[in-house]
Amino acid sequence: MPFDAANLLPILPEIALLITACVVLVVDLYLKEKDKGFNHTLSLLGLVVAIALTGAVGGGEREIFFDGNLVRDAMSDLLKGAILLVSLFAFIYARPWLKDRGMLVGEFYVLGLLAVLGMLIMVSANSFLTIYLGLELQALCLYALVAFDRDSKTGAEAAMKYFVLGALGSGMLLYGISMIYGATGSIEFGPVAQAVAEQGMSNKVLVFGIAFLVIGIGFKFGAVPFHMWVPDIYEGAPTPAVLILGSAPKIAAFALAIRMLADGLQGLLADWQGMLIILAVLSMGLGNLVAIAQTNIKRMLAYSTISHVGFIFLGLLAGSAQGYASAMFYAIVYAVMAAGAFGILLILSREGFDAENLDDLKGLNDRDPWYAAMMAIVMFSMAGVPPTVGFMAKLLVLESVIRLDLVWLALVAVAFSIIGAFYYLRVVKFIYFDRPAPNAPVLVTTGGVRAAMTLNGLSLLALGLFPAALLSLCQAAFV
Amino acid sequence: MNEFPLLTLVIWLPIIGGVAVLASGDKSANLSKWIALTFAVLTFLVSLGLWIGFDSSTAQMQFVERSAWIPTFNIEYFLGVDGISMPLIILTTFITIFVIVAGWEVITYKPSQYMAAFLIMNGIMVGVFAALDAILFYVFWEAMLIPMFLIIGVWGGPNRVYATIKFFLYTFFGSVFMLVALIYMYFQSGSFSILDFQGLQLGMTAQILIFIAFLLAFAVKVPMFPVHTWLPDAHVEAPTGGSVILAAIMLKIGGYGFLRFSMPITPDASASLAWLIIALSLIAILYIGFVALVQQDMKKLIAYSSIAHMGFVTLGFFIVFSIIQNPALSSGSVMGIEGGMVQMISHGFISGALFLCVGVLYDRVHSREIADYGGVVNTMPWFGAFMVFFAMSNAGLPGTSGFVGEFMVILATFRADFWWAVLAATTLILAAAFTLWMVKRVVFGEVKNEKVAVLQDLNARETFNLGALAAAVLALGLWPAPLMNVMHATVENLVTQVSVCKLPAAESADCVLARPEPIAELNGRPVAATH
Repeated sequence: MPFDAANLLPILPEIALLITACVVLVVDLYLKEKDKGFNHTLSLLGLVVAIALTGAVGGGEREIFFDGNLVRDAMSDLLKGAILLVSLFAFIYARPWLKDRGMLVGEFYVLGLLAVLGMLIMVSANSFLTIYLGLELQALCLYALVAFDRDSKTGAEAAMKYFVLGALGSGMLLYGISMIYGATGSIEFGPVAQAVAEQGMSNKVLVFGIAFLVIGIGFKFGAVPFHMWVPDIYEGAPTPAVLILGSAPKIAAFALAIRMLADGLQGLLADWQGMLIILAVLSMGLGNLVAIAQTNIKRMLAYSTISHVGFIFLGLLAGSAQGYASAMFYAIVYAVMAAGAFGILLILSREGFDAENLDDLKGLNDRDPWYAAMMAIVMFSMAGVPPTVGFMAKLLVLESVIRLDLVWLALVAVAFSIIGAFYYLRVVKFIYFDRPAPNAPVLVTTGGVRAAMTLNGLSLLALGLFPAALLSLCQAAFV
Repeated sequence: MNEFPLLTLVIWLPIIGGVAVLASGDKSANLSKWIALTFAVLTFLVSLGLWIGFDSSTAQMQFVERSAWIPTFNIEYFLGVDGISMPLIILTTFITIFVIVAGWEVITYKPSQYMAAFLIMNGIMVGVFAALDAILFYVFWEAMLIPMFLIIGVWGGPNRVYATIKFFLYTFFGSVFMLVALIYMYFQSGSFSILDFQGLQLGMTAQILIFIAFLLAFAVKVPMFPVHTWLPDAHVEAPTGGSVILAAIMLKIGGYGFLRFSMPITPDASASLAWLIIALSLIAILYIGFVALVQQDMKKLIAYSSIAHMGFVTLGFFIVFSIIQNPALSSGSVMGIEGGMVQMISHGFISGALFLCVGVLYDRVHSREIADYGGVVNTMPWFGAFMVFFAMSNAGLPGTSGFVGEFMVILATFRADFWWAVLAATTLILAAAFTLWMVKRVVFGEVKNEKVAVLQDLNARETFNLGALAAAVLALGLWPAPLMNVMHATVENLVTQVSVCKLPAAESADCVLARPEPIAELNGRPVAATH
């Protein structure tokens, strides 16, 4: 089949990112130690160009290209934009931390950019093979990022755990994919969906394959009972790496689930719905309960992630356009919240000191009232208290669950969100009700970080007051 | 209808003011306070426009504003007031002024954040009373928790962290189940408009479950026995201003919720569970009255007294269901609800004033223990006069506002059941006992210790606060007619609403209430045109 250059047009954002990563890789060799900040500038530039290109080539009808391996539709436009934007914030927050520790090197940015590239490929995948490639590209970069501080023992341990368990998850996924391929004779979502519609539930191989797919998705999301890696990695990895792997990849994981379950296997909704209900209830329950016992804030946020994944699954398991849209809204909002929370931890860190414990947030309101307010907004948003967007996200997934007449599931969800509110409130308690430690230095941050954090925090408030625009974008993706 | 968006202005003016106060910061000492006071007074004056422009002859929603907010779910920015919510809005904006003034010299830690929190809360609380869209209501209802959480936690007493987290989680627990109920009703009615909810026909099981979800939310807020335990903690630890807002406004939001949601939306469940609410109210009046008697801490005593008085409110509301089932006695039902409403407004003034009185003493002596005082009247004669006056009105002395509401509720209760009324009336004795005994120990007698001996009488700021509230208490006590007139039409409409069975036709055999057809016509309010 002759290659049509028009195929390249929709993947211009990906191409831009790849070029940026290569340029950084080469330029870094020629940079003097004091000029390493140029890597940062280049990477941000690449991300901004990618965002602009996403906007430029986006919109319009759904198109399938590269022999059916890639797709560009309303969902991929929005998710790509969100991933790039959240990653942009992550890079901005990470810079002072890296600089203080002499780690402002090209490798960090190359790995980070390639991870983002992997996420974009997952988002635009139209076949099991592409999605797996994207997933592995993202995962391999993240493993390396976790081990980035090579002198850190905990970092190395976390990377090892992440790698082994990540490989296990990928293996499960691949096994599931092979079964689906065996049953349907295709790895492209379209033909798979067709074959599923013909065979229905009669084919036990398909159902078996789905079980493995859901396990793989569970691993990548960090849903209970496949969550064991999450807390250890969040605690052990350097905070910038956690920031990168804790925010945008949740959006990519959402895309992974949607592409496989909705695009490919919508016909087997009845099978995977029950599995997701179990994962959702367990995740919300265990995540919220165990988070209460944590004193390390990174570990606490890890369990909080697990509980939020439960809420995202609530939207997914509805199996309807409405449900997918609400899960998508939730995933994007969660990535923004996570970026804000880890961003604050990076702001609180300084040379030779990492903010890791709840105590480190003590008296933030006295040290810097503005950052205190932003962190409080993030925490209230994670707890789902209006007028922040966290409430809107929870409202939407609850709505889609009650629409299914699963009122009991909604009641379970709200009951766990009450429990969850406690540990978010405890963070606010440290920020506002306690006085700073006597030796706490004044917070020094660059204007860029302050502007980014302001935008990040206020966007949670603004989206909470005016959710209609983002919501209609999410809904447009599943018409 | 008024074209000018008056309600929007009353909601957002103080919130904008709060942001301005935050921006002004603490660099110049009094700037933030003056900005805060200006906005508080301005908001009060603007809110008076609601009273002036109010048409008391109709039960329809007035000052209605309606525009799309989240169109895909039919969630609207839908505001409006009737005779129930309008007086409560004015109470809110009125009380906020005194809270700002009371914190003037007392708050030294980050005063701008303190003032801003109260201004923002003012706007949010007005929003709760004005919202006619269920999600908008819920957003305001929950958002209210954030400033109060911070107020208690930052400026509170030694045990403030425990108190404020307990307060937040209790209220949060109550309200999330209401959210599920609201979403459920959305699927029944196709919109989130509260007025549409009131026109719904729901089966008995659904009604009972929805009623319980609402009860959890509102009972925690009121608070009713046995979910009242957060209140004494929160009151004791909160700074004076926080206690005033809690007692004067936030408790009323629970009472308002019963009138706006529980009773008209689920009248059949309300009728069949009225015995429960009445029993809990009587327990609050009697048992909590005795608990108040033994308190050693002045704020705790007033907090328990609030619970007992709010028991009167819920009693007045739900006694209606006993009255309307007896056709001979229909006139008493309006009196019960109106009595409860008057009691809410009056309690807003009185409890606010009492907490301000305790604040006056606390600022000077830094103790809330009754035992640390005695003979205060010798050094603070003006204060003594005010304190005795407010104590008398708390005990329900005729001529003060405290008497009017209690009298009406007891009168209505008599129509339903003689013995209930007897139990309720014991509050006149109990309230007199615990308030006057406290006043006796604090205000009268010999000067107890050196701290009391050197007390300074009220300054101009405190005299203004207590004087204005005393005037309000007297005015409402001597001439309650204007307030009654404003709410009369709305309450009559409400009684009509709660007297009809809203069960679907299939279950009509279970109707305890009358069943005129069709329900939509009885729903005297303009239901949304199209959906």
